Amino acid sequence: MAMEKKNQKRRIGNVISALKHDKLAMVSLVFLGAIIILSLIAPLLPLNPTATDVRNMLQPPSLAHPFGTDEVGRDYLARVIYGGRVSLLVGVLAMVTCVCVGVVVGTISGYFGGWIDNFLMRVVDIMSSIPWMILVTVISLFLKRGLKSIIIVIGFFTWMEIARLVRAETLSLKEREYVLYAKFVGVPGHLIILRHIIPAVLPTIIIASSTGIANAIMTESSLSFLGLGIQQPMSSWGSLLQSAQGNMQNAIYMAILPGLLIVLTIFAFNKLGNLLRIFVEPRTMAGEKD
Amino acid sequence: MADKKGQALLEARELEKHFPVKDFFGRKRQAVKAVDGITLQIQKGETFGLVGESGCGKSTLGRTLIRMYEPTGGQIMFDGQDITNLQGTDLLPYHKRMQIIFQDPYSALDPHHNVEEIIREPMALYSKEPRSAIDGQIVEILKKVGMKEDDLYKYAYEFSGGQRQRIGIARALAVKPEFLLCDEPISALDVSIQAQVVNMLEDLQQELGLTYLFVAHDLSMVRHISTRIGVMYLGKIVEIAESDELYENPLHPYTEALLSAIPVADPIRARNSKRKIIKGDLPSPMDVPKGCRFHTRCPYAKPECGMEEPPLLERASGHYTACHVR
Repeated sequence: MAMEKKNQKRRIGNVISALKHDKLAMVSLVFLGAIIILSLIAPLLPLNPTATDVRNMLQPPSLAHPFGTDEVGRDYLARVIYGGRVSLLVGVLAMVTCVCVGVVVGTISGYFGGWIDNFLMRVVDIMSSIPWMILVTVISLFLKRGLKSIIIVIGFFTWMEIARLVRAETLSLKEREYVLYAKFVGVPGHLIILRHIIPAVLPTIIIASSTGIANAIMTESSLSFLGLGIQQPMSSWGSLLQSAQGNMQNAIYMAILPGLLIVLTIFAFNKLGNLLRIFVEPRTMAGEKD
Repeated sequence: MADKKGQALLEARELEKHFPVKDFFGRKRQAVKAVDGITLQIQKGETFGLVGESGCGKSTLGRTLIRMYEPTGGQIMFDGQDITNLQGTDLLPYHKRMQIIFQDPYSALDPHHNVEEIIREPMALYSKEPRSAIDGQIVEILKKVGMKEDDLYKYAYEFSGGQRQRIGIARALAVKPEFLLCDEPISALDVSIQAQVVNMLEDLQQELGLTYLFVAHDLSMVRHISTRIGVMYLGKIVEIAESDELYENPLHPYTEALLSAIPVADPIRARNSKRKIIKGDLPSPMDVPKGCRFHTRCPYAKPECGMEEPPLLERASGHYTACHVR
């Protein structure tokens, strides 16, 4: 048991030394931490994202309203923070859905092969050949608009890439001798996938999920921007961008702030994925023996 | 000799393993005849060495014999039972009795599992004993292969090739098999480590009464460890003999050429010994030459060699060879 702890320590050590070398990753991590904490404690802050104040419409940033106000005089700082809550929530939950579906489909398809593989991969082909914008528009006609349906729509229509990646890795992994041996001694297929395949594809899955969050945030933003996503008075960074559209000339900050946050968050998640990969992959940087 | 005495633990009769080669439209066009009609018997307690150049089907033969691969023809008998057509769970009791160690100690062990998990995997499947009893057995088997208890929670990447091979052996022996397929277990190791591993395998054989099928292409190591040796060429066995007999009195021209390739340590003897070099490359196992498979490269080939395939006949007591010329 002591050994396992030692191993854990070394993995953390790897991440820390990677952080030291990459200042940008450190900044990203701090930024991400701040965004997440702000989103979590938002209800405790003296901010009201829905209180309108018609006398103070489209005020530029000032002391009273550090991010200014929007076209109905709502505090833009509160709008942005609450928008971040929604964007992050959508990003994480949609990513979880999409990674789960992708990993299950990819490993089953790659490991069992044959007609199962053929069938699943044709499904992937068909789903990825339909432009998602059309799919989403049609789906949103059937689902009630709101947070839940956005998560479902993004989660269930973006797993194909992950499934393909995981399948390709599974195909090469299942020819490894330790997998052949497990099969030989009679370990059931689902256990081989759980014990031997998934740990080996984990680094890929983790990178895919960090970019998955980024993509989900982006997709949500574009959906909201097109008016298919989050509905007023709820806000997300995407929907804030959309409402900023009409005020481009007199309140440019309304577009810049959420836009900047989207870009930085996506960047930070990609950096985070890289750090996680170093943590998960035991061989990376495990040069010295102890 | 040995073929008639004793009891065969593992026996192959006209065993075939063809891998289908599909063309662009998914039709089965040709087959790679990796194992093409092999009959042999491995006696209880012996070490049967299997040699041959790369791609002649040695590993495939071994893996088909233990039913890791599905045979496409012929019969396999293990301890008097026909195991050719057993499937799924019916086969598992036999897999417990026939284990394998692999050539590449890197790909043979899951890098994400520690030693304890690696050895536990097969044990947990076959043993009905409680977890604590298995724990004790894992430590015991690990010590038997010369590893320390401290190594239990280390991962495979923390070990050298030789140590990994020991872990692989421990994993195979953990389920107390009777037959062990050693699939080129030393080819990937340093020479100094090779001797250690081979000696350990010999000691374990003595101690546990194991039967080995030892696949290799290092001829001197095979002579050292084997009771009998089979020489394979292009999916067929061309010669079987007791190991000293084979080295001193090779009958098949292919065996002769293989043996002459062993480097001699004594420079005077080396100067006098004639190196028999065979021409050309191994023909494709998809398109096996007619007649004797070796006639395209054989220095003694006669016209009849290209017509008819020579049967494996007993030339001296216990010495079988398949050749028209000798």
